[in-house]
Amino acid sequence: MARLSYREALNQAMAEEMSRDENVFLMGEEVGHYQGAYKVSQGLLQKFGERRVIDTPIAETGFAGVGIGAAMVGLRPIVEFMTWNFSLVAIDQIINNAAKIRFMSGGQFKVPIVFRGPGGAAHQLGAQHSQALESMYANCPGLKVVMPSTPADAKGLLKTAIRDDDPVVFIEGELLYSVQGEVPDGEHVIPLGKGDVKREGSDCTLVTWGRMLYVALEAAEALAKEGVSVEIIDPRTIRPLDTELIVRSVKKTNRAVVLEEGNAFASVGAEVVSRIHQHCFDDLDAPVERVTRDEIPMPYALELEDQVVPTVQKVVAAVKRASYLA
Amino acid sequence: MIAIFRRDMTILRAESAGTAGGWDAGTVDDRALLLELYRQMLSIRRVEEAAAKAYAQGKIGGFLHLGIGQEAVCVGAIAALKPEDYVVATYREHGHYMAKGGTAKGVLAELYGKSTGCSKGMGGSMHLFDAAHNFLGGYGIVGGHVPLAAGVAFASKYRGRKDVTLCFFGDGSVPQGAFHEGISLAGLWKLPVVFICENNQYSMGTPLYRTLAVPDVTERASGYAVARDRLDREAGSDVLEVRRRIGAAVERARETQQPTLVEVITYRFRGHSMSDPGNYRTKDEIEEWKQRDPVTVAREKLKTSFQVSEDEIVSLEAHVKAEVKEAVEFAEKSPVADGKAMWDWIYADKNTDPRRF
Repeated sequence: MARLSYREALNQAMAEEMSRDENVFLMGEEVGHYQGAYKVSQGLLQKFGERRVIDTPIAETGFAGVGIGAAMVGLRPIVEFMTWNFSLVAIDQIINNAAKIRFMSGGQFKVPIVFRGPGGAAHQLGAQHSQALESMYANCPGLKVVMPSTPADAKGLLKTAIRDDDPVVFIEGELLYSVQGEVPDGEHVIPLGKGDVKREGSDCTLVTWGRMLYVALEAAEALAKEGVSVEIIDPRTIRPLDTELIVRSVKKTNRAVVLEEGNAFASVGAEVVSRIHQHCFDDLDAPVERVTRDEIPMPYALELEDQVVPTVQKVVAAVKRASYLA
Repeated sequence: MIAIFRRDMTILRAESAGTAGGWDAGTVDDRALLLELYRQMLSIRRVEEAAAKAYAQGKIGGFLHLGIGQEAVCVGAIAALKPEDYVVATYREHGHYMAKGGTAKGVLAELYGKSTGCSKGMGGSMHLFDAAHNFLGGYGIVGGHVPLAAGVAFASKYRGRKDVTLCFFGDGSVPQGAFHEGISLAGLWKLPVVFICENNQYSMGTPLYRTLAVPDVTERASGYAVARDRLDREAGSDVLEVRRRIGAAVERARETQQPTLVEVITYRFRGHSMSDPGNYRTKDEIEEWKQRDPVTVAREKLKTSFQVSEDEIVSLEAHVKAEVKEAVEFAEKSPVADGKAMWDWIYADKNTDPRRF
């Protein structure tokens, strides 16, 4: 066990998997000589050389497609998007090719590839650089979608994603790279589709993932002071989703709030609420509450950004509504 | 099935469906080669005619894009490959699939939506796959498969292997971004791939002069440090010439990792798809192109250049006809695609329906 940043945990996962399997390589903008736009790939070029750490031009469609083609014939590419916002120019490759080749070929080909990079809002990056896009990718059968919130999860999930035989959309938190945490050394793998109880509680279930975990933890701390015990469920993998864990918690607390960084309309959070209603209808003591970003492109001005994104105050208020305390 | 015939039309060498790899054209003389390529083109032609008939009868559905008239390109190009080489193609790929080692049964059963189809009824006309012969699929998003082909070639280079990838697309792909990004990376990284533009001069119903400001597609090569070659309509309808010219590009890719962009002028005799009456072309234009029908050109050449008798050719044609007839019956009698098994092909894990847990 070592204390590592989320960034270092991801770096360690890639280095270990590249050492373990010659077929694993990293490709993306600035991953090599620049050492990573967010320094996640720091040192990998020196360790593995230019054959396996490949700087690309700014051509997301091109290098995402190259990764998919290489995966079809047996390599295991890690394709880094400098941010997930830029994946949108490659979305045809991800959704029409990576997600569907196994199926369209009747199982003859597989696409073991990881697309990874930071997602979500940072600070004052404006409308095009602040998106939380997990709902778009989660809407697509054939893709797995993973969103680690802690350094330990980041390492364990990335190692599993690299070994997985399906295309994995691996969305890191742009504001999480410096978060520190205990990370198991060496072989530490977390199965995809297994959620985690990040805080135990008895009064209300709060489902959230990625960076929003930290907003949830702070809100739970504040609520504890008011005598409300919140249980935080982090599914860690969006697709496949650990419905069982969520349902078990809601059946215990009888109340639920779903918190997500992205937009509300047709979102992962909406799907979680749907499943809670499907499986816990008779257990619920109140309507399930949701906290999302406002339905608006991200404004630049700092004061307005704070207004648009989910905050501790908004989460506290939602838990109180769900608990009939508001 | 791939077969190489002797002069008496008995089969010299044959590989049936399911066996690995196509065949090595390097070991046969031009006469035997042209006989085999003629057989392939004719077989593809007859399969597509059978598909059109079944479509008209309502036995198959969806989109059906026929390559009738363009057969010399896929057959000639793929004849320049070794069995371990790769092919990535478009949604007009029945011929490419068959030339790479696929069968009439495999394609027709797929069009019928049967479990015996080459993609088990999951792909349909636009998504034929054949892993056993390194046929990496037909793709339905124009130009979207070009980066994939670069990626397959990337993998060959990464592993230090000498396989070559052929990537087919139409002139309609050339304005598309993915086409440029794929070629750009292949040129930058020197990937062993040959990009083959089957220029049938129409992007669906829009003629080339209204889609490309620079009509010579190979002009794009110079911007990406990619070698180029352009086959005019004469060369493009001569299957041996297509093989010879693409073969040079294949060897260049194999030996020096230098990619090439090859444009082959060709023509489809049918509409873009079955629903297209083709009103944007005149009858005269189509008739004029039919004078250079690659199947007829090969047939004439067999007789004039290689002294193959009419009897030999008729015998071969009867063989092809019987084979396609048998394939149609096979497709019609095969069980429909498996609605249970399809759940196993979404992910490596089985039973991933998210509505169940």
